[in-house]
Amino acid sequence: MTEPIIQMKNIEKHFGSVIALGGVSLDLVPGECHCLLGDNGAGKSTLIKTLSGVYKPSAGEIYFEGHPMNFDFPRDAIKAGIATVYQDLAMIPLMSVSRNFFMGNEPMKKIGPISFFDHRHANEVTMGEMRKFGINLRGPDQAVGTLSGGERQTVAIARAMYFGAKVLILDEPTSALGVRQTSNVLATVDKVRNDGIAVVFITHNVRHALAVGDLFTVLNRGTTLGTAMRGEITPEELQDMMAGGQELATLEGSIGGTV
Amino acid sequence: MLSWLNQTEILGTIMSDLTADERLKEVSTIRKAMIRPELGAICGAILVFAFFLLVAGDSGMFSPEGIQNWTIVSAQFVIIATGACLLMIAGEFDLSVGSMIGFAGIIVAILSVQWGWPIWVSILVSFALCVGLGAVNGFIVIKTGLPSFIVTLAFLYILRGLTIWLSILTTRKTIIGGVRDLAEGDWLAPVFGGVILKDFFQWLGDVGVLETFSRGSRVGQPVVAGVPMLVVWAIVLIFFGHVLLTRTRFGNWIFASGGDKLAARYVGVPVNRVKVLMFMFTAFCATVFAICQVMEFGSAAADRGILKEFEAIICVVIGGALLTGGYGSVIGAAIGALIFGVVQQGLFFSGAESSLFRVFLGVILLAAVILNTYIRRMITGEK
Repeated sequence: MTEPIIQMKNIEKHFGSVIALGGVSLDLVPGECHCLLGDNGAGKSTLIKTLSGVYKPSAGEIYFEGHPMNFDFPRDAIKAGIATVYQDLAMIPLMSVSRNFFMGNEPMKKIGPISFFDHRHANEVTMGEMRKFGINLRGPDQAVGTLSGGERQTVAIARAMYFGAKVLILDEPTSALGVRQTSNVLATVDKVRNDGIAVVFITHNVRHALAVGDLFTVLNRGTTLGTAMRGEITPEELQDMMAGGQELATLEGSIGGTV
Repeated sequence: MLSWLNQTEILGTIMSDLTADERLKEVSTIRKAMIRPELGAICGAILVFAFFLLVAGDSGMFSPEGIQNWTIVSAQFVIIATGACLLMIAGEFDLSVGSMIGFAGIIVAILSVQWGWPIWVSILVSFALCVGLGAVNGFIVIKTGLPSFIVTLAFLYILRGLTIWLSILTTRKTIIGGVRDLAEGDWLAPVFGGVILKDFFQWLGDVGVLETFSRGSRVGQPVVAGVPMLVVWAIVLIFFGHVLLTRTRFGNWIFASGGDKLAARYVGVPVNRVKVLMFMFTAFCATVFAICQVMEFGSAAADRGILKEFEAIICVVIGGALLTGGYGSVIGAAIGALIFGVVQQGLFFSGAESSLFRVFLGVILLAAVILNTYIRRMITGEK
């Protein structure tokens, strides 16, 4: 097993009197997809926001490539190679795919003393990268709004990869998607993982998690209920842990099947 | 018949498979042209010109003087519309533009006429004050998170009130004249008040392309003396705004800030800085307008610029920008301004009731907004 790229040790995060995270430890290893499961309010979002530089932990330490990590802004995390793809905030629908792809990282070309946006380079790269991920664009100037939800997630993932992400955090990438789109996104996650990226995959869908995950950590009320390796745990066990057990089991019985 | 249809369909599928994703429908050229922000404005401009050529073709509207007349009016609209356009694409409004015009003019007049400062110093101070006020607008919007509509509405009243109060306090009048005499020989004043290409127009007059005055003190001079600086400013601002928006990194940030500020912020776009700078640019454009007007009239008045903020927004919307931000074009806004100017002056030339102008404005605004909504649905594919 390779060295972890990120080690989170006893991370706590308090908002006033509310303890959002009460001592969470997590290791992220390159080439592994770490699924973070938990019901609403379990602390998943707080955890990834701590990881991506939006929040500072109240206690505990985060090591990035062996060094203590201290990010003040999301920008610092992005620069270090931690990319986060948020569910609905990945792309701007009115802008073209290529403008979106290079948003915040615009390629520049100097003409005289003035730097201009290098549209030709941006368009070429965008078309190429999209093809790699199996999306055939009509043209680089196609608006993101015309893409499906799954394609938008894929563009966001491709963008993170192109700009050198070492850690990719996906915040419920499949929760709003249909079956076909979900499998496309899961295939993308698989591809990214095989490229040696550490992936954090946040979801509350056990089946999506089991489809791509190598490790599964269940969060409940701000603490980890444990981490399991692939093959060590059944879907039912995961589901029970997430929902806190018994109650859901009875409910599940009455509606007849896996939720 | 049926089998023939099927065959072409299958063939079509195979063909498109070779080139593109089968899930994407082929987009017709017309549809592609439709999803450009400027298209509506271009069609509108053609319609408006055709209409006035028919109705007012022989009224002098298209004589050199007539053209100069509506070109200047359009150029005024262009100057304020460029600022409003970039600001609207960045996701904000500025309703204080009109009051800013009055304020900028009065400042120049008070400093130069009342306090005896050189014109160029007065102009520069006025620019600094107004751009600073633009920044204040921007900071309040950013810091409070209030809609810019409300914040700048407050400044609409604050600045108008201050302008009238300052004017009455210093001169007991709301109109301050005497700027023209002071502007004589100033190095900066001609940048706003003069005309360029005088020699070229004189030559056009001499060779008979342009009519010349046959009587009065200006005998032999062409009826159009040259290109007014107002028009030069308009062209420079269109060029600057268009290049900034479409060809630079900052332009991408403007689109991103207006399209979705959170998504933009997450990838590192300095959304707040972009917005504040656009408020400052809008204020700059308002000041250019104000000073050109002061130089033209030779006076400043406290009630200048009333309703200009709305006229600027109308130009921008006719030009295809979305009120919600993130989409639009400077060229479109400029064509919107041209339509505005041509219609305003054209109704005058054709002898129509001037109150009808407002009816027309309302109708064209409504039509433009409906068309824009339709275009946005086509771009984003939403129902």
